[in-house]
Amino acid sequence: MNFSEVFKLSGLLCKFSPNGKYLASCVQYRLVVRDVHTLQIVQLYTCLDQIQHAEWSADSLFILCAMYKRGLVQVWSLEQPEWHCKIDEGSAGLVASCWSPDGRHILNTTEFHLRITVWSLCTKSVSYIKYPKACQQGISFTRDGRYMALAERRDCRDHVSVFVCSDWQLLRHFDTDTQDLAGLEWAPNGCVLAVWDSCLEYKILLYSLDGRLLSTYCAYEWSLGIKSVDWSPSSQFLAIGSYDGKVRILNHVTWKMITEFGHLATINNPKIVVYKEAEKSSRLALGYNSFPQLRAIGTLPSAESKYEIASMPVSLQILKPVADRANPKIGVGTMAFSSDNYFLATKNDNVPNAVWIWDVQKMRLFVVLEQLSPVRSFQWDPQQPRLAICTGSSKVYLWSPAGCVSVQVPGEGDFQVLSLCWHLNGDSIALLSKDHFCLCFLETEGVRTTFGQLGDHT
Amino acid sequence: MGDWMTVTDPALSSESKITSQYTSETKMSPSSLYSQQVLCSSIPLSKNVHSFFSAFCTEENIEQSISYLDQELTTFGFPSLYEDSKGKETKRGLNVVAVLNCMNELLILQRKNLLAQENVETQNLKLGSDMGHLQNCYAKLKEQLETSRREMSGLQERDRQLQCKNRNLHQLLKNEKDEVQKLQNIIASRATQYNHDMKRKEREYNKLKERLHQLVMNKKDKKIAMEILNYVGRADGKRGSWRTDKTEARNEDEMYTILLSDYEYRQKQILMENAELKKVLQQMKKEMISLLSPQKQRPRERTDDNTGTALSDVEEDAGEMNRESIWDLSCETVREQLTNSIRKQWRILKSHVEKLDNQVSKVHLEGVNDEDVISRQDHEQETEKLEVEIQQCKEMIKTQQQLLQQQLATACDDDTSSLLRDCYLLEEKERLKEEWSLLKEQKKNFEKERRSFIEAAIRLGLERKAFEEERAIWLKQQFLSMTNFDLQNSENVKLFSAFSGSSDRDNHTVHSRPRARKPHSVANGSPNCTSKLTKSLPASPSTSDFCQTRSCVSEHSSSINILNITPEETKPNQVGRECTNLKWSVASRPASQEGCYNGRSLTYANSHIHKDNLP
Repeated sequence: MNFSEVFKLSGLLCKFSPNGKYLASCVQYRLVVRDVHTLQIVQLYTCLDQIQHAEWSADSLFILCAMYKRGLVQVWSLEQPEWHCKIDEGSAGLVASCWSPDGRHILNTTEFHLRITVWSLCTKSVSYIKYPKACQQGISFTRDGRYMALAERRDCRDHVSVFVCSDWQLLRHFDTDTQDLAGLEWAPNGCVLAVWDSCLEYKILLYSLDGRLLSTYCAYEWSLGIKSVDWSPSSQFLAIGSYDGKVRILNHVTWKMITEFGHLATINNPKIVVYKEAEKSSRLALGYNSFPQLRAIGTLPSAESKYEIASMPVSLQILKPVADRANPKIGVGTMAFSSDNYFLATKNDNVPNAVWIWDVQKMRLFVVLEQLSPVRSFQWDPQQPRLAICTGSSKVYLWSPAGCVSVQVPGEGDFQVLSLCWHLNGDSIALLSKDHFCLCFLETEGVRTTFGQLGDHT
Repeated sequence: MGDWMTVTDPALSSESKITSQYTSETKMSPSSLYSQQVLCSSIPLSKNVHSFFSAFCTEENIEQSISYLDQELTTFGFPSLYEDSKGKETKRGLNVVAVLNCMNELLILQRKNLLAQENVETQNLKLGSDMGHLQNCYAKLKEQLETSRREMSGLQERDRQLQCKNRNLHQLLKNEKDEVQKLQNIIASRATQYNHDMKRKEREYNKLKERLHQLVMNKKDKKIAMEILNYVGRADGKRGSWRTDKTEARNEDEMYTILLSDYEYRQKQILMENAELKKVLQQMKKEMISLLSPQKQRPRERTDDNTGTALSDVEEDAGEMNRESIWDLSCETVREQLTNSIRKQWRILKSHVEKLDNQVSKVHLEGVNDEDVISRQDHEQETEKLEVEIQQCKEMIKTQQQLLQQQLATACDDDTSSLLRDCYLLEEKERLKEEWSLLKEQKKNFEKERRSFIEAAIRLGLERKAFEEERAIWLKQQFLSMTNFDLQNSENVKLFSAFSGSSDRDNHTVHSRPRARKPHSVANGSPNCTSKLTKSLPASPSTSDFCQTRSCVSEHSSSINILNITPEETKPNQVGRECTNLKWSVASRPASQEGCYNGRSLTYANSHIHKDNLP
């Protein structure tokens, strides 16, 4: 495992291009595009103000930079550095901006969610979509980029509009039986749309592409409901994390619940492995053999930590939620299926230090990782069942079925990893701190052979 | 007189006892008994009379005394003391006999009275004690009554208190319920109010939004604009098309094609899953048949109806195997047929296993005392007895021999006697010879019997051992195969349904399988020569091969076994090999010690497949 030098960054804006060749990072009002392999600066663009949002177009040809404060969006072309485009939303303001899947349209949401403006880079045409709903996740594109589902609010009722992205024609429009729609998401196969209600009511509705209601699921009533939703990459499972600290898995045939994953604070099952992060005294880390390349960095200062396998009745640290505040820190707030569908990683917000990894094949708890500090974020390797975790400390943690490891980020000063994102190939991770970022390269032969099932890419 | 009754003189009573002792020989007449009862009250009087006798009669008043006594006695019904007077003038003389009689009577009376008195006294005492006892009892009971009364009152008090409490609790519950109801009502009203407010607010918000929209958008905001150097081409290189009804229709079409393809994909998946399941079922059926059929080949297996049905199923199955293509059609009848036959087989297997279990338990309970099998113990006893008998016979023969020799010797010594007894001897000789031969024959018979018994014992022991082994193998195999089926079945379903989406792993494992099996098939000769293969396969599996496949099976889930022989990918000339391999690997899953047995079932399955491939 090697680390690149540390580069400047602001606003945690660091993105790999979809084709995996470039890395865009923002430093105040400058946008820097680097080559992933050499890390040489390929392009440097200067925007009009501090960049608040940056996004690659799907074909990796353009990057949009949004400056919400000024209601501005600037678009840069990678191929033609002199090409520029500036979209001004004027007094209507701007709260969100995103690319359409074809990379030729930009969807700007105005302040107060008055409307969504669809700007085209190909023609002069501008389309408006009225009544978008202000919610967590109101826009969702299918993975093939053909359709867009949009949550709307009209006459005090929730609606969903399905647009054809190629010409922004309305394909379907239907109202949903929700009190206060909180989010919607397409299944990866683009045929099923999951729509869920706000946390006040546990309700999830599943619609077919043609607007038919396929199923409704409600686990319980009178209590805080859904907190997070995630589709498995195969579209076979829909995981629903809720405020009761459970994940419910629905199947794609009957849309009934297959199983329920409870996040108990005490674990007493010899089949489950609990990795506990501990301050390191000796040099050997657990799962050392699976990461032989780590020997190179084995000699690091004492701040290192290692994983220990906890002996069986394990009780995890529980955070007592504040009962009288909104958005209590309870329930399953983050979930992610591994790219091969085999594992599901979850985080229960009132056990902030733990990541739970479930075996989807056997539908049971597989591994629990307990960190020393609260988990900030985790992400699966896009190619293998390998999970990267960061906790805001200067370490990055990796788990794979073979074991897990904690790696100190080298460098002067404290590099607090607040966020991370995998490269498409799964051979490097961008580690982001408040003002810096660096790349962590994993690609070695040792790793290949350890996780060798899918080792067809180089 | 009344005073006298209560006063009892101990001396007197003892005296009276003495008198009673003296007069004990006299018999009590019924009349006297009667009189005794009548005179009960006078008993003390008589006693006192006795004690004051001296004062009562003196020399001077004999006459008066006698007359008085006479009078008294007559009044009491005794005969007169005087002689019967012939004339009135003449003075009547004292009849001594009568006096004596009277005295005797009186004495008897006295004794009787004393006895009665004693009885009465004892009775009195008894009654007194009884009385005392009863009084005690009464007191005790009274006490008990009192305590129980107290208890009762206490309990009543408690009951009252509890009732009170209960009432209070009921009241509380009611209050709580009311409260809950109230709160629910409040919640409901609040909710409606909230919703109403929300709606109102939202409407207001919407209005404001609308207004804002108008203000912001209709101002001809110069700022809302896009500055662009030049328009870029579309990602797909085409030009944008106008929105028309045509495009709308096309969009619809596209959507439906997407949906359709998704459904088709899913249907295909389900079909595949079904096919796998069917295959599993079929295989299960085959294995069941192969499990069930050998039992009829066993020599000592009791014939039962199960074997008969199994046999018919085997034949039926042989027919079915030839039209295997039918399985691919998911027509209902075939499905039913399959499930029914599986069910039947399963029932048979179950009953068979149950029977085996019963037998095992019976054997455990009764030892080896089966009706048609002689127990070893009995056998040994019998042989022992026979041996003793043989020994006895031998001894007898020996003594007889000795006797004969002695006789013969004496005969030789004494010619005269021999001559004398010649005629007898000849006869005797004949008789003895006959006896001798008889004995010899008997001996031979005994020997033969003994040998046969020993042989039987040995055979029995062997048979017993064989039976036990067979049973153990049977049980184990059945158990294993059953659990394997369950495992295989469930895992197959789950796995397949779980990961039919992206089956990278499956592919990987599928590719890895033939590699693991290759050396085996090579060792068995060329794959083209199917007939040879089918023959050699069952016999060949060495333990290492077993281990290989076993590890292969356990490493990857068992569904893989089936995955690699989906109909599309099997070439005609390879079908045999693939199938046999499959069969073989499945059959070899039980522990390798039953290899020979598996071999038997294998040959069976293989022969079918072979038959299939010939045309």
